[in-house]
Amino acid sequence: MIWLILLPLVWASLAFILGAGRGKWLAIAGLAAQTGLAFDLAAKVGAGGTAISHTIGGWGAPLGIDLTADGLSAAMLLLTQCVALPLAVYASAYYKRDEAAGAYFWPLAGFLISGLNALFLSADLFNIYVTLELVGLAAVGLVAAGGGAQQVAAALRYLFATLVGSGLYLLGVALIYGAYGTVSIEVLTPLVTSETPRLMWIAGGLMLIGLMLKTALFPFHFWLPPAHGGAPAPVSALLSALVVKASFYLILRLWIGPFGPLIAAAEWLAWLPALLGTLAIFWGSWRAIRAERLKLLIAYSTVAQLGYLFLIFPLLTGHGAIQAGVMQAFAHGLAKAGMFVAAGVLIKATGQESVAGLAGAVERLPITLLAFGLAGMTLMGLPPSSGFLAKWQLIEAALDRGYWWLVVVVLAGGLLAAVYVFRVLRQAFLLAPPGQTVATVPRILEWTAFALAAASVLLGLRGVELMQLVGVVA
Amino acid sequence: MTTNELLPLAVLASSLLPGLVIFALPEGWTTLRTTLNLFGAIAKLVLVAVLLAGVSAGEEFGVRFAVLPGLDLAFKADALGLLFISLSAVLWLFTTFYAIGYLEGAPHRSRFFGFFSLCVTATMGIAMAANLFTFFVFYELLTLSAFPLVVHRGTDKAMKGGTIYLAYTLIGGTALLTGIVWLHHLLGHTEFAHTGIVAALGPEYAGQLKIIFLLLIAGLGVKAALVPLHGWLPQAMVAPAPVSALLHAVAVVKAGAFGIVRIVYEVYGVEFAQSLDLLAPLAVLAAITIVWGSFRALFQDNLKKRLAYSTISQVSYIVLGVALFGPVGTIGGLVHLVHQGIMKITLFFCAGNYAETLGIHKVSEMNGAGRRMPLTTLAFSIGALGMMGAPLTAGAISKAWLSDGAAAAGMDWAIWVLWTSSLLNAAYFLPILWRAWFRLAQAAWPEEHIPARGWRETAWLLLLPPLATAIMTMAAGMLAESPGSPLEWAKLIAEREYRQGATLP
Repeated sequence: MIWLILLPLVWASLAFILGAGRGKWLAIAGLAAQTGLAFDLAAKVGAGGTAISHTIGGWGAPLGIDLTADGLSAAMLLLTQCVALPLAVYASAYYKRDEAAGAYFWPLAGFLISGLNALFLSADLFNIYVTLELVGLAAVGLVAAGGGAQQVAAALRYLFATLVGSGLYLLGVALIYGAYGTVSIEVLTPLVTSETPRLMWIAGGLMLIGLMLKTALFPFHFWLPPAHGGAPAPVSALLSALVVKASFYLILRLWIGPFGPLIAAAEWLAWLPALLGTLAIFWGSWRAIRAERLKLLIAYSTVAQLGYLFLIFPLLTGHGAIQAGVMQAFAHGLAKAGMFVAAGVLIKATGQESVAGLAGAVERLPITLLAFGLAGMTLMGLPPSSGFLAKWQLIEAALDRGYWWLVVVVLAGGLLAAVYVFRVLRQAFLLAPPGQTVATVPRILEWTAFALAAASVLLGLRGVELMQLVGVVA
Repeated sequence: MTTNELLPLAVLASSLLPGLVIFALPEGWTTLRTTLNLFGAIAKLVLVAVLLAGVSAGEEFGVRFAVLPGLDLAFKADALGLLFISLSAVLWLFTTFYAIGYLEGAPHRSRFFGFFSLCVTATMGIAMAANLFTFFVFYELLTLSAFPLVVHRGTDKAMKGGTIYLAYTLIGGTALLTGIVWLHHLLGHTEFAHTGIVAALGPEYAGQLKIIFLLLIAGLGVKAALVPLHGWLPQAMVAPAPVSALLHAVAVVKAGAFGIVRIVYEVYGVEFAQSLDLLAPLAVLAAITIVWGSFRALFQDNLKKRLAYSTISQVSYIVLGVALFGPVGTIGGLVHLVHQGIMKITLFFCAGNYAETLGIHKVSEMNGAGRRMPLTTLAFSIGALGMMGAPLTAGAISKAWLSDGAAAAGMDWAIWVLWTSSLLNAAYFLPILWRAWFRLAQAAWPEEHIPARGWRETAWLLLLPPLATAIMTMAAGMLAESPGSPLEWAKLIAEREYRQGATLP
């Protein structure tokens, strides 16, 4: 378990010392090992049916650092490694030799992944803050490493958002520590009841707002499209697929954990994230439909897809909602990573960033286009794909509770996604303008995009194990 | 895994695997691609023959996989599914031959045949789905894999047709999904069963069940091109001829019609649907579609568009047969599923031949085509006469059973609908035949690609498939009472769908 956190730190440091040339092979090897570890952990949690804990150095709570993996964290760890490994393979071929951005990529990506893994495993609020900062700063660094003026501007905006977000979170943690004298989730959860002091409400509010800002939930999404749309393709993929999911995971973890009694005392609270999620779906889709640049379109699609994750909050009192959320996180994580890297190939090959510049791409880059199409299928929620299963579960959970408007939102969101996905595909099927030149791209770039997109579809044929794993909640 | 579990999967794989390999083949490897295509098509026919023999002997074929806890991807090959499977498998073989001839030397053939195989796989999945969830999975797969075929030519016009197609089918799919999840929510499953499953819910759910029925039929009605959801079909005729032939006369529209059959017989149960008063409105909708499609066909000068409106009209014969309560109407509808397929594919093959050989796209250009291409025109005439319901053709059998079914159900107005449609069919087909056979040709054809050489009026691969399906049209009409005919199979299905042991004439 501890190796999931240490390994990326090791290869990140080595990549920094040895340079990108050798560092990238170490990174891929390290990630391959991590993927094995994540599968192993998931298998253990799934088979044992309970959470697995690990106390570092034998020092337990409240003094030491506790690591805990239940079904939810095991699933998120699995997603992280399964997305990061193909992305590392992609990045190793994407960056040219001696490219400055490439040299920065490996160490920063290592810290980012280490931070993510630590976040999913941490069992106390303060450690989570540390990991949040690690993830946020590494992510900002990755965006800024592109080096262009636009990218630096986007990175600064992102830096502002992420610092304010984690600052609010830290303030909340401080208030909780003041009130209860502990930051361990396990110790804290039984202490919080519906008769908690006003202070706890303020702390909870601050933390949730901070995390929503980091998740780019509408209307806090302002920083996401420039940052994700402007970064190099492997970075956009990492950020869109994984980083925003981390803060979502945390919201969910707190919501069903320590803040549970608060929310039970005021049920209308659950509608707030659902309402914002609904607005995110419509606004993000609308902007994606209107976007001129391909990567901006995909970034706005992320804004929309994140909205689905927040629709589950009013449903958490019933069953199946967490499952739907995790399925959507997997669907979007795999598909969006695939879509961003496919877009990276298209842009690298055609040299054009606009959607209109894609005419004829289907003849030149069929595999990439197929990858884009498969990822699009998942985002639209068409069967057989994991996105479809996520929608099915969401709709069923909503029907169980009788919340019809959630059903309408989910279905309408799927149709809007179809509009922007087919806007791209349609353009690609048009005949190429004469005289257009297409640069050759390494085949491995095309195939990693395809692998990610295909995984997002194939998960739609077999979701049983994943759902059983998620069922193991501490 | 036993053989009975493997066979349905093998039927899927026989088109899926060649399709996937074909995607990866370089454009120039024509021989390997052709071999794979034909191998898949013939292997599928063999498998279907084994299934047919098994099912008529009372064996059961099925397999299921859990996708989510409580949600299964389930297949079964039953009598009703096999009716559709056999039709698609046979016509896939002919269309493959035809497409190889049609696309000779054209670009992007790997892509074309790859998606073509995916479409056939989706059709097989639709036919063998054992619950609504599985049905929906393959239904949407068909929607998606047909899109690249519709826009295959990459022109602006093709794009427009493709976009309209998607807009209709995706919105329809959403309605269908809503209905399916709702039903799944109420019942906890959506397995198809003879005589239906929803009757178990009890009378307090009647209102909800009516709304669900509306959603399901609206979703399926888009593909079955029920008026007013038919707008995409004439637009989608920009696709190449083999696509129009197989997908828009057989697979896509039939998937919708077949879905309606499953909903009425195996989800609601025909008797329960009748008790909810759902069948009469469906029959009226089908009747409107029949007359409106035929009426619009009168005014189309573009040959393929005229055929498209004719399809809209003819597919609703199936829906009408389903909606006529009583085994006779059921048999009429089911047998028309097959008959309409072989007749319409003949017509589309021929239309493709005229376009490829002589550059004829419009009815007004057809003068004298019969003398230049006698065999093609003969096949076209058989198909057209069949559509009108002329004696000795398959169409006559369908119409006879449908009329009897209408009389048996006490819906005499439906007989008038059928007669009106036959008259309109004659009014839009006979002028074509008259022009082709009896008018003299103009000085030059619009665009002659393939010169005539003796009996070889066009490429053999274009000529033989329509001749074969024309012969099948005649055979299905003349040998209707012999064992193994579509009619006998439809009788077998009808016996199993009615609870109180239907008495057949």
